[in-house]
Amino acid sequence: MKLIKDYELVCGLEVHVELATSTKIFCSCPTTFGAEPNTQCCPVCTGMPGALPVLNRQVVDYAVMAGLATNCRIAGYSKQDRKNYFYPDLPKAYQISQYDLPLCEGGYLEIETEEGKKRIGITRIHIEEDAGKLIHDVRYGTMIDCNRCGVPLIEIVSEPDIRSAEEAVAYVKKLRAVIMYTGVSDCRMNEGSLRCDVNLSVRKKGSEKFGTRTEMKNINSFTFIREAIEYEYKRQVEILEAGGAVVQETRRYDSETGETYSMRTKENANDYRYFPDPDLPPVILTDKEVDALGKAIPRLPDERKAYYTEKYGLSEYDAELLTENKRAADYFESVAEATDYPKLAANMMISELFALLPPDLDEVSIPIEPIHIAALATMAGEGTINSSVAKKLLRRIYETDSDPVKMVEQEGLAQINDAVLLKKYVDEAVAADTKSVTAYKAGNTKAAKAIMGKVMAMTGGRGNPAVINELLEAALLKL
Amino acid sequence: MKDILKLTVTELSLKLAKRELSSKEVTEAYLRQIADRDERIGAYITVCDGEAIDSAERVDAKRAEGDKLSPLAGIPVGIKDNICTRGLRTTCASRMLKAFVPPYDATVVERLHALGTVTLGKLNMDEFAMGSTTESSYFKKTRNPRSIEYVPGGSSGGSAAAVAADEAPFSLGSDTGGSIRQPASFCGVVGMKPTYGSVSRYGLIAFASSLDQIGPMTKNVCDNALVLNAITGHDRRDATSVSREYGDFTEELALGVKGMKLGLPDEFFGEGINGEVKEAVLGAAKVYERMGAEIVPVSIKMLDYALPAYYVISSAEASSNLARFDGVRYGYRSESYSDITELYKNSRSEGFGTEVKRRIMLGTFALSSGYYDAYYKKALQVRTLVMNDFARVFERCDCILAPVSPTTAYKLGEKSASPLEMYMGDIYTVPVNIAGIPSLSLPCGTDKKGLPIGMQLIGKAFSEATLYRVGNAYETECGVYHLLREGEQYEAY
Repeated sequence: MKLIKDYELVCGLEVHVELATSTKIFCSCPTTFGAEPNTQCCPVCTGMPGALPVLNRQVVDYAVMAGLATNCRIAGYSKQDRKNYFYPDLPKAYQISQYDLPLCEGGYLEIETEEGKKRIGITRIHIEEDAGKLIHDVRYGTMIDCNRCGVPLIEIVSEPDIRSAEEAVAYVKKLRAVIMYTGVSDCRMNEGSLRCDVNLSVRKKGSEKFGTRTEMKNINSFTFIREAIEYEYKRQVEILEAGGAVVQETRRYDSETGETYSMRTKENANDYRYFPDPDLPPVILTDKEVDALGKAIPRLPDERKAYYTEKYGLSEYDAELLTENKRAADYFESVAEATDYPKLAANMMISELFALLPPDLDEVSIPIEPIHIAALATMAGEGTINSSVAKKLLRRIYETDSDPVKMVEQEGLAQINDAVLLKKYVDEAVAADTKSVTAYKAGNTKAAKAIMGKVMAMTGGRGNPAVINELLEAALLKL
Repeated sequence: MKDILKLTVTELSLKLAKRELSSKEVTEAYLRQIADRDERIGAYITVCDGEAIDSAERVDAKRAEGDKLSPLAGIPVGIKDNICTRGLRTTCASRMLKAFVPPYDATVVERLHALGTVTLGKLNMDEFAMGSTTESSYFKKTRNPRSIEYVPGGSSGGSAAAVAADEAPFSLGSDTGGSIRQPASFCGVVGMKPTYGSVSRYGLIAFASSLDQIGPMTKNVCDNALVLNAITGHDRRDATSVSREYGDFTEELALGVKGMKLGLPDEFFGEGINGEVKEAVLGAAKVYERMGAEIVPVSIKMLDYALPAYYVISSAEASSNLARFDGVRYGYRSESYSDITELYKNSRSEGFGTEVKRRIMLGTFALSSGYYDAYYKKALQVRTLVMNDFARVFERCDCILAPVSPTTAYKLGEKSASPLEMYMGDIYTVPVNIAGIPSLSLPCGTDKKGLPIGMQLIGKAFSEATLYRVGNAYETECGVYHLLREGEQYEAY
């Protein structure tokens, strides 16, 4: 499409992440997801007259960890501000957030693109409180659930460094992985604990000036992020191509239609009248406190990736796949420790195990003891079993989680390496399958595969494929 | 025995401890007085007769069992109606909260209840504590018990009038820009605006969060110190509450002022001050000199700027604090609306009175994009300069002696037409809130109309004990204003 080629997409993301503290940011109400409406609130989070907020220090700790994990500078002095606006899900009619002095600033994340590694800048990370939820009901009208009021959030604002929908998705994936590694959030997009606002503009390629941007709020899946960006990019380019101008506005992305719709324009945008919240003293952090929080962060994906390629000889691609999710990476490390064939184990995990698991690994645990996958890799590596047996066993232990070594012993699944026995099978197969032999002699080398399959079947799938292959080639050559 | 109503908290406490009186007798005496006088005075918005008697009986029963009780056990109290009381309607004297019953007690109320005080009821005030006459109350106008045609001051007008009319032995008020001290001076009682952060604001319905402070209003200085002891202390529910050793505020009461230095700031006696007020406060300075204190001239150069800075800061904070009153969850909701925006607009237009709306608009404007730097930020800078002024002055004296208000009480209706004139009346009290420091207001004379004149003793942060000492010295020398018989006042002061 010509039109698209001439234009460059410029995109920055604001990602809201709910922190996994057990209590809310300004009171001691629990933060559990999915409770009965209005059972997890108190005078503070429902904004009753006279109630006052008191900052949960763990929120600061968690936000600092997220900041350190994304290479941010941590402010020794930051403050909390009120963002004033009326909305029924906001009981105080202001949200306590951070305006000009956020907790973290100037970070970045590295993503893999087709052109190699790319750095996406992180402008700032600040702490704030979540709002409640409106429930629309045909019988009763609109109702308010205050359970989510005061659930702690961090907002991570990126620089406008993103140039494609793929980069945006890669950035959010990386951000999510890093945050999940730190353990400060479970980042469940389906429960809204990670939500994404997309700021997008387009400009003629080569232009230095940014175009007018639009904002799309609360997009909560990777697919929707991709679709919303692609749609909005095209929409803006078409406006400009038609000689029009993009209007600065907030747009709603509709995941049903894949389109975006205008919500409010700049003219009727809110003036939030930010000012320092007089109920809350500044947030002070000493270097010592920040250092201690840095030490509490486990090894992050990039560090692990480097380790896997170096120590285990994995490819960049495989290492990336294994480190996308901390649970998988931790699992792989337990497996790798228990076998001399870590690369083989990695392959088993990526090509077999991941296929069996649901797509979102964060929601489930892996139902196999790492030591069992390790044993499987060891047996395969040492030639005790062949790869197809290994594959079948993996599927079985995924259901039962039993010891594969015992299964091999009890069921006699060990690989047949005996050349004398295998030669007998090969000779029998060659003699029986004249059709394939004829085809092979006529130059169709693929025909050997059919004979190979027959030999394998005669061994009950346990034959050593390399030995069979050698014997078969020799047998065919002699003919 | 002296009339129960004329006994100070300190005296009541002794008599209750010795069982010369029961809490029930005291409570009944006050409830009778309220029944007799409050129709005329209008100090109370809500009186809780039944509950008061019940709690008095409970304290009496405990005492009969020989339990060790606090000095405030069994003593009745009136509470300003912006301080939340569980199960007891708390209105802020506004139509907006006409039917609001808090599900929790303010920390100060919790503390008083734990000590066994008996709540008589909730006291009238200017709507949301915005005003200086208590005339902006949605419910009623309170009259000055010293002279019925005059206002009691505000915003804690009900709290001051209740004590002055013997309708409560003591009360709680709140002071954002003078709201305890000015009505105390108009009504001839004693009021303390404590250091910001020493009394918890949890449960105080916020007007201006960085300035609001709850404080006691009493007949005399000694009672005031006793009550402040009870309500002061760190509260983990208020992030602005200061954790420190507060000590006993009554400890220095009897030490006298010999050798102390009292600062007399020029600017507080300049243009606009009523001659009789000036004379009375300077007269008090003479009394202190006579008692061996040294009077030193000092200067608060920023005085003129403190007032506009105060109105910017307090209105800005109020515009945000009062935004939660939107008709959605609690409080007044308009009958007529067709969508959420109209529900907000109509509920707020109908639920708030004129003065409250004026301040919300002022504050909203001051915080608006493009005006923030010129108003709010500038006001915060003035705030720092005012603090610096006070800090310099306190290097040269132990406390400041100044008038509370440029005039004595206004006639009802006299100022209600001119908000600006009314704001000018706060000129001597707001610098104290801006600086977050304590100030004790106590009577120091009477004008020709028979209205009380008040002086304030301003000290550095956490110097309440010193202020009580200086205030008590004056009462020891000249008598307690409230307890003098009519006619005696002229001669003594």
